[in-house]
Amino acid sequence: MTVDVQAVLAGNRLALSRLLSQVENDTLAGQHALVQLFPHGGKAALIGVTGAPGTGKSSLVNQIAYHFRHPEDGRPARRVAVVAVDPSSPFSGGAVLGDRIRMSALTGDEGVFIRSMASRGSLGGLARTTAGVVQAFDAAGFEVILIETVGAGQAEVDIARLAHTTLVVEAPGLGDDIQAIKAGILEIADILVVNKADRPGVEQTERALRNMLQLAHPGRRDFEGVTISGGGESEPIWLTPIQRTVATEGDGVPELLKLIDAHRAHLEETGDLARRERARLTVEVNLLVESSLVADWRAGISNGQYEEVLGMVFERRLSPRQAAEVLIHGEEAS
Amino acid sequence: MSQEKIRVIVAKPGLDGHDRGAKVVARALRDAGMEVIYTGLRQTPEMIAEAALQEDVHAVGLSVLSGAHMALVPRIMELLKANGQENVGVFIGGIIPDEDVPRLREMGVAGVYGPGTRTDDIVQDIQAFAGQTS
Repeated sequence: MTVDVQAVLAGNRLALSRLLSQVENDTLAGQHALVQLFPHGGKAALIGVTGAPGTGKSSLVNQIAYHFRHPEDGRPARRVAVVAVDPSSPFSGGAVLGDRIRMSALTGDEGVFIRSMASRGSLGGLARTTAGVVQAFDAAGFEVILIETVGAGQAEVDIARLAHTTLVVEAPGLGDDIQAIKAGILEIADILVVNKADRPGVEQTERALRNMLQLAHPGRRDFEGVTISGGGESEPIWLTPIQRTVATEGDGVPELLKLIDAHRAHLEETGDLARRERARLTVEVNLLVESSLVADWRAGISNGQYEEVLGMVFERRLSPRQAAEVLIHGEEAS
Repeated sequence: MSQEKIRVIVAKPGLDGHDRGAKVVARALRDAGMEVIYTGLRQTPEMIAEAALQEDVHAVGLSVLSGAHMALVPRIMELLKANGQENVGVFIGGIIPDEDVPRLREMGVAGVYGPGTRTDDIVQDIQAFAGQTS
């Protein structure tokens, strides 16, 4: 299966869709196409949308995309891609991807492309190849790419290193204020969204989030050793805003778009955009180096050797760490 | 490492609101290791063809209980073809009169399933169609 990169760049939707499958399946054709497409990317605004299951992420993505297509402030409509990730079954490997159900407002619009992805065993809230799919949409000329994670709890924070702007969606009635000071998902929010704001309890939810923000110390943030925000001494600091929305009605969505654009402007003015890009690309290169080293190592060792060493671990004659030493260096380090 | 999954859209075209059958099939396909894009109720042929294009699926599963299959199915197949996706398999479940089955087959429908069909049979047919038998 070859990929027609020229057709993708020319805007052919079927060619793009087939490319996305090759990228998702991590085939050689997909890898090769991404190499060719890389110089064409780097222009899109990458917006992550994460939050617990049932907070209304898909409905919100639907409305955000719709408002980017039909701006109220007279700006030109932007081309929007949506990447929606849902979990794979840990047992069968299958998945039911249901995010499109909430995205009917976007049908029949050639300026929108929605792609569903299964997480395929990845635990960080995205699939391993989501970054590649985003890169393909970017090169294909989509100006806004909305990335919806699986319903996330506390530790699914991969989106923070893929997206430029991360929205964390909360809804009334989902937890107390201790949940709000734990590490993890709330920390990665550039914008906090309280969705379903027509429900009772919205004041308490917003108050808990506001208290959490007041306890925080906005400042420099590092992600895996790379500074992603607040790197300069005298640069303005982004204070995470809270926006109420009712995604099913579209209430609060125009205001949310203004905050998204304001965050983008902040990233550009402070140099944080370049920092985030560098952090993202550093992580991507590191991951590829790791997986390629592992593949090379695995190719250089026979199944028999591998099974034999594992067998010694099962019999508790070697510890897992000793086994790794033997497998990598051929002998135990003393 | 490459890993290909069978991708299937399960959709309900037309206006009837009974989606239990579609959900049972979606679940069975999931349990067979497929990735099922579930698009929900009241889908127009245009919406289904658009989803098939964006999701690059191997197959489209349609649940039709309203009796409108002879209008909806040809339209969907026409749109798939217009999008360059004539190789996508179309499978239909629901209340389909026997005399319509040969006509649907002639149009190129890959499988027709009435009430009482075992989900295993649907799974096997889609696997065989996609060239991946387990």
